[in-house]
Amino acid sequence: MLLRHTTDKVKERNALTVNPAKTCQPVGAMYAALGVHGCLPHSHGSQGCCSYHRSALTRHYKEPVMASTSSFTEGASVFGGQANLLTAIDNIFQIYEPEIIAVHSTCLSETIGDDLGQIVAKAGDDGRIPAGKHVIQAPTPSYVGSHVTGYANMLEAFVKYFPEKTDEKKRQVNLLSGWVEPSDMRELRRIAGQMKVKSVLLPDTSDVLDTPMTGSYSMYPKGGTTIAEMVSMGDSMSTIAMGEWATQKAAIALDNKCKVPFESIDIPVGLRATDRFIQALSKAGKVSVPEEITAERGRLVDMITDMHQYFYGKRVAVFGDPDNILPLIEFLVDLDMKPVYIVSGTPGKAFTKKAEAILSERVPEAKFKNGPQADMFLMHQWIKEEGVDLIIGNTYGKYIARDEQTPFVRMGFPILDRQGHNYFPTVGYMGAIRIVEKILDAMMDKIDATCPEEKVELQM
Amino acid sequence: MVKKKDYTNGLPDPSKLKEEILAKYPRKVARKRDKAMVVNDPGVDQEILANVRTIPGIITQRGCTYAGCKGVVLGPTRDIVNIVHGPIGCSFYAWLTRRNQTRPATETDANYIPYTFSTDMQDENIVFGGEVKLKEAIREAYELFNPGAIAIFSTCPVGLIGDDVHAVAREMKAELGINCFGFSCEGYRGVSQSAGHHIANNQLYKHILGTDDRARMGKFQVNLLGEYNIGGDAFEIEALFEEAGITLLSTFSGNSTVESMAYAHTADLNMVMCHRSINYIAEMMETKFGIPWIKVNFVGAKSAAKSLKKIAEFFGDAELTAKVDAIVAREMAKVEAVREAIKPKVEGKVAMMFVGGSRAHHYQDLFGELGIQVVSAGYEFAHRDDYEGRKVIPNIKIDADTRNIEDLDVEKDDVRFRNDLAAKKAELMEAGYKFSDYEGMMPDMKKNSLVIDDVNHWETEKLIEFYQPDLFCAGIKEKYVVQKYGVPLKQLHNYDYGGPYTCFEGAINFYQEMQRMLDTKIWKLVDAPWKREPEIVGSMTIEA
Repeated sequence: MLLRHTTDKVKERNALTVNPAKTCQPVGAMYAALGVHGCLPHSHGSQGCCSYHRSALTRHYKEPVMASTSSFTEGASVFGGQANLLTAIDNIFQIYEPEIIAVHSTCLSETIGDDLGQIVAKAGDDGRIPAGKHVIQAPTPSYVGSHVTGYANMLEAFVKYFPEKTDEKKRQVNLLSGWVEPSDMRELRRIAGQMKVKSVLLPDTSDVLDTPMTGSYSMYPKGGTTIAEMVSMGDSMSTIAMGEWATQKAAIALDNKCKVPFESIDIPVGLRATDRFIQALSKAGKVSVPEEITAERGRLVDMITDMHQYFYGKRVAVFGDPDNILPLIEFLVDLDMKPVYIVSGTPGKAFTKKAEAILSERVPEAKFKNGPQADMFLMHQWIKEEGVDLIIGNTYGKYIARDEQTPFVRMGFPILDRQGHNYFPTVGYMGAIRIVEKILDAMMDKIDATCPEEKVELQM
Repeated sequence: MVKKKDYTNGLPDPSKLKEEILAKYPRKVARKRDKAMVVNDPGVDQEILANVRTIPGIITQRGCTYAGCKGVVLGPTRDIVNIVHGPIGCSFYAWLTRRNQTRPATETDANYIPYTFSTDMQDENIVFGGEVKLKEAIREAYELFNPGAIAIFSTCPVGLIGDDVHAVAREMKAELGINCFGFSCEGYRGVSQSAGHHIANNQLYKHILGTDDRARMGKFQVNLLGEYNIGGDAFEIEALFEEAGITLLSTFSGNSTVESMAYAHTADLNMVMCHRSINYIAEMMETKFGIPWIKVNFVGAKSAAKSLKKIAEFFGDAELTAKVDAIVAREMAKVEAVREAIKPKVEGKVAMMFVGGSRAHHYQDLFGELGIQVVSAGYEFAHRDDYEGRKVIPNIKIDADTRNIEDLDVEKDDVRFRNDLAAKKAELMEAGYKFSDYEGMMPDMKKNSLVIDDVNHWETEKLIEFYQPDLFCAGIKEKYVVQKYGVPLKQLHNYDYGGPYTCFEGAINFYQEMQRMLDTKIWKLVDAPWKREPEIVGSMTIEA
């Protein structure tokens, strides 16, 4: 057994986290910053963080992930990292020539109390930021929240810095996309296009973290939300913020700054969350829903009704990030599956309320937990108490899946051992169809591999 | 797609490339990078600037002290619960990301490698201190996992807020009755992973080594230092030792247990594979216990054969020598058959490598066996001795960034010191056998090859443009950057999930991997066929 020391006796833990269902803030800030065109993420801390975060994103996308670091030494850690950051800004603009440097912090620079705002202001005052170039900053202390919090903080920094309100009203809708894949960002834009809603998507990692092989490398790929687009967001009709944890702070900041009203909705994962997204888009863009979208929806419902016998009553364990797994468990309930065990390392009181609302009627036996010690060790212990038919989560779930001989669907961050997840969406009706396909594949593969020979079926 | 160059008549002088690289830098940066890039001449002594602080904003590939300590040295030991004291990231990123394989003897033997343990510090732990939570976490870990040993790893904020992990370890050791010790491996210490190696070495020496005086288990007892069993590398070496009748007491630390490290001091010989990460323990063990050490290299078939013979030579036993010779002859025959088939397909190809602190040198032996030319190489975090050889150690200045890494005062253990081994060493040295010696990478590299310490992204771009290599060896952060240029990249940290590459089987694996990478046609299919044809302007477009 890979996880041979995990037993079914759940013992209350207050201090030890084992096999976390989260990671720390800066990687989220780095990911968000990569979704802005011409932007180089910068990690203000010791260089280990930056290497780890770049590696994690690279392993997930099989793509280059660029970021620079202040490379703190012990001296800087005691006396402050201002000189390191100022030197870094000089070096980055001269050597790597980005349009924007997006600085985030780490537990090191936060603990010593480096004030990023003050240092960046000083860089400006000292003339270290070339004309037309930008340095933005977001504090991302690793000892608060999770990687999702870091994403939220960096997204907020962008909308605080770039959007401007002018007299010109723009017939466009802001879409704050939450932490989803580049393929999902592309899908969100496709849907908005189908709806004939002009949209600005921030951030947008498509064409950044899924670039084609051309025989040459570009440090700043063609994708990413442009400065002009970000500036224009202040004149948009409204904002749709997808995923409370990742985007609500930014939506509020943009409303405060430019009086752009917002609607906060779930990431459109599954049937009903996508319904809400389509309705929000229809309302925000003042457009009707085109027939082709209704048809996509119909194909999804058709697939579910056709395959219902394989879903009904099946027990599922889910782990991941709150914005992504809440609509997912809602979808699982709509499939008549039973998401019985749910953990997310990311804290936030809203989780319990939202999970209860989804689960209380149809899956009253469900156990769910988020925040401290809501880790994969706990989820595995629950599984050992009573098994499940399916596990959904990031790559680390494969160790449990193998030990417990349970079908496993990879969703979330990071996925390190499969390719394709960054090319195909999981949002929208088409994404939901893909999720259903993945679930069926995983469950049918197990049946085909383990059922008695006389029970092997040609068809389903 | 870049065009490939032919260097059969010697390597070009890269001085112009160096100038171009430096021209982009601010003056102060250029001055420093100038000294970190050496146009190699194996005939003369050259000095390289290494193990100095990283230039902020330069896009280094380096990691931190915590990574060097927990990730590299302690991570591969399966029966120790390694608790990371800090916010969650450090624990998460070192969770199974290095491919240290391990093989417990039974289904029930301890194996904590698939787990990661953290105190998951929150803001209140930063404000009020994290010692209480750390103690609680250790108690919880003890109750849940019942390990024989627990280690604590400090991350950046721990040193800053003044948590005393060593005091906590002492207290918990007394309370729980198991070995418990801490590491002050905060990420900001030193300038790279290297400081973490040193810190790990010190604590292993203080808390584990020599704690079990167990009786001899074999006629020829050795330890393998600095081999982490990436992709099963150590398994290959273990199998050969077993066949030859050499008792491998302990490996630091691939496929290892804390238990085995406790009696490592009863060995007759230490073999150092990765000089950078473990030479400290080799030195300390010799001072305290009189165990001599030799540098070995099991990467490359000829190197592995040489290393095996060197061990046999040390013991001077006819039976052992005969066994080793038989193994080498048998295995080399297999290796040669594959090598002869593959070499003509890859000979003359051009490679460069930038890897941690030892492999950029070790793998040159494998490339040499295939006739692949290494035109440029360097380390992330090696010191001058790894580049220039141990003879320069007395001249290395310890700068302010490294001064706070503790150097232990090691004294001779009068009771357990092996005078017999010291005498044997003296005798063998008379006969020309080399101990405690590592000549470094630069003397092994060709004239005009470019040696670069702490290579950064800008330099990588320029290197590719200049050399147009057939193969680039580095890590995950570089891999997809380099491949976008149409140049295949072989990861020499994680072997692209392949391996093993040590010893004879490993050499065969590597040759076959080189054939796969250098023989593939996909790089020639990068350009779409219509890119090579005149553009057809549409006249029959469908109306939108």
